[in-house]
Amino acid sequence: MINPEMQLVESLDKVEVKAMRDGYGEALLELGKDERLWVLVADLMESTRVKDFAKKYPDRFVELGIAEQNMMGVAAGMALEGKAVFVNSFACFSPGRNYDQLRVSVCVGKANVKVVGGHAGAGNGEDGANQQSFEDVGMVRSLPNLMVVSPADYEQVKRATRAIAAHEGPVYMRMTAPARPVVTSKMTPFVLGKAQVLRRGGEVGLIVSGAMVYEGLRAADELSGKVDVEVINIHTIKPIDESEIIRVAQKCKRIVVAEEHQIIGGLGSAVAEVLVKEGVGVKMKMVGMSDVFGESGKPDELLVKYGMSKEAIIKAIKELAGK
Amino acid sequence: MSELHEKADEIREEIIKMLVNVGSGHTGGALGAADFWTALYLGGLVRVDPDNPWDEARDRVVLSAGHYCPAQYAVLAEMGFFEKKELMSLRQINSRLQGHPVVRCLPGIENTSGPLGQGISQAVGMAIVGKRERKQWRVVCFMGDGEQQEGQVWEAYMLASKERLANLTVVIDRNNMQIDGRTEEVMPLEPLRTKLETFGMEVFEVDGHEIGSIMETFAKVRMVYERPSVILLHTVPGKGVGFMEGLVEWHGKAPSAAEAVEALRELGKTEDD
Repeated sequence: MINPEMQLVESLDKVEVKAMRDGYGEALLELGKDERLWVLVADLMESTRVKDFAKKYPDRFVELGIAEQNMMGVAAGMALEGKAVFVNSFACFSPGRNYDQLRVSVCVGKANVKVVGGHAGAGNGEDGANQQSFEDVGMVRSLPNLMVVSPADYEQVKRATRAIAAHEGPVYMRMTAPARPVVTSKMTPFVLGKAQVLRRGGEVGLIVSGAMVYEGLRAADELSGKVDVEVINIHTIKPIDESEIIRVAQKCKRIVVAEEHQIIGGLGSAVAEVLVKEGVGVKMKMVGMSDVFGESGKPDELLVKYGMSKEAIIKAIKELAGK
Repeated sequence: MSELHEKADEIREEIIKMLVNVGSGHTGGALGAADFWTALYLGGLVRVDPDNPWDEARDRVVLSAGHYCPAQYAVLAEMGFFEKKELMSLRQINSRLQGHPVVRCLPGIENTSGPLGQGISQAVGMAIVGKRERKQWRVVCFMGDGEQQEGQVWEAYMLASKERLANLTVVIDRNNMQIDGRTEEVMPLEPLRTKLETFGMEVFEVDGHEIGSIMETFAKVRMVYERPSVILLHTVPGKGVGFMEGLVEWHGKAPSAAEAVEALRELGKTEDD
């Protein structure tokens, strides 16, 4: 059953549908009062929702044109001057195109730069494979000093944006694109690095992130009475909440991980690393992109075709539970 | 000036000693730029204080071409940012003198550099903050000429020009040399001056071995209004050591013990003159 401590929305059947990036833009505008905060963008002011900040705080906003590598370096230079700098683009370009700049200019020196990758996962659906980003978490997860955050929905993006602004050091935050059901509320507790037990259950542990949080909760709901599923939201993929992963693994012995990302290198890999390191033996299945690129199509169609939907999660859970 | 030229040769000696001690590193560029680095710090072209290395009011010196770091390390030690004896730890395990600099690994090291083209973006970021917050400090960014082949560099120039960063001085070591050979054979840069001017930079050219001329050029740069400046520093790689001068093979290697003895003998002679 749903964990009341998490103060999720009252019913999964009555949810608002809102875009993560709107939550980001609103939070950024609030945070603009802090004079240390600067915002950079590479020709995607509207899409990344930084336009309102740009209007209100033009002195702390820079439009760099289509130049993501330079943007990352400029951010590092500003961070060296004591600023907290938000770098904005689509995930496929940032960190996709400026990985070396993220690694050397930002991460080596722990520059206080927040890289916000929009339209991650199937986000840029119709634009086709090369504008989608199913590899970003895998790319950046091995970078020392970098925190990796993947919020669940509009409300959680707001919370995460405030939290990463307050965190001293480099962060990558990914947001997936289309408007999605909002399942967390203003009251949902949020602490960077701390996993959230959204639903309690005893047979299968379902570990999810990003838009898969809603799909996972629906899947667990549909299975109720057949398989008892615990749902854990990992909004901070690095540093990962090891103790919570170990706890649910020891309890359920069966783990499904679902993410809008390649299976190789993503959240599932991160969870597996923890379990192997700690010697927790489980049966495990991973729901995500199976080492292929996407294609043009609506994001929801892509998630169904490439196996990252509620149905795919249900199938994995049933197989694992032998039902 | 002759005093500074003598200092520059002492810096060259330090560079040779550091590199032969560890047996790796980039010799040619560091020797070629020794006069410039001497002028910059010991000639007072930047306001920095070894006793207060992170003073907010200091000028920012950004090394973009990280492989020149032996020259900067030697000059910083000469200035008293850290003890000279530490120079011999270059590139060794547990040393603060990294093979390519890491931000604040040493007093006076402002940024991380290595993959070429990254320092200039950081310098532009600093200069934007400095300009918008009306700071008096200036930013000097030192680059290699081969480095100009990185696309990121031109992204940074476009932004520096757009933001009218008169507080930014870019120094390009035009020594015509990169690892694979002469720049004009590996990937032609000319007409470099025209390219830079077209990107909105105010361009100066100077003999990088004439300390007096370098200082005069910096005085001119301070008069430039509303645009970033570039100084094309014409140098000979390996300068000061006859058997290294102008030879591409000395770009990325350190001298052997015997070569170092010969190099030091030659540099010592110059000192005696």
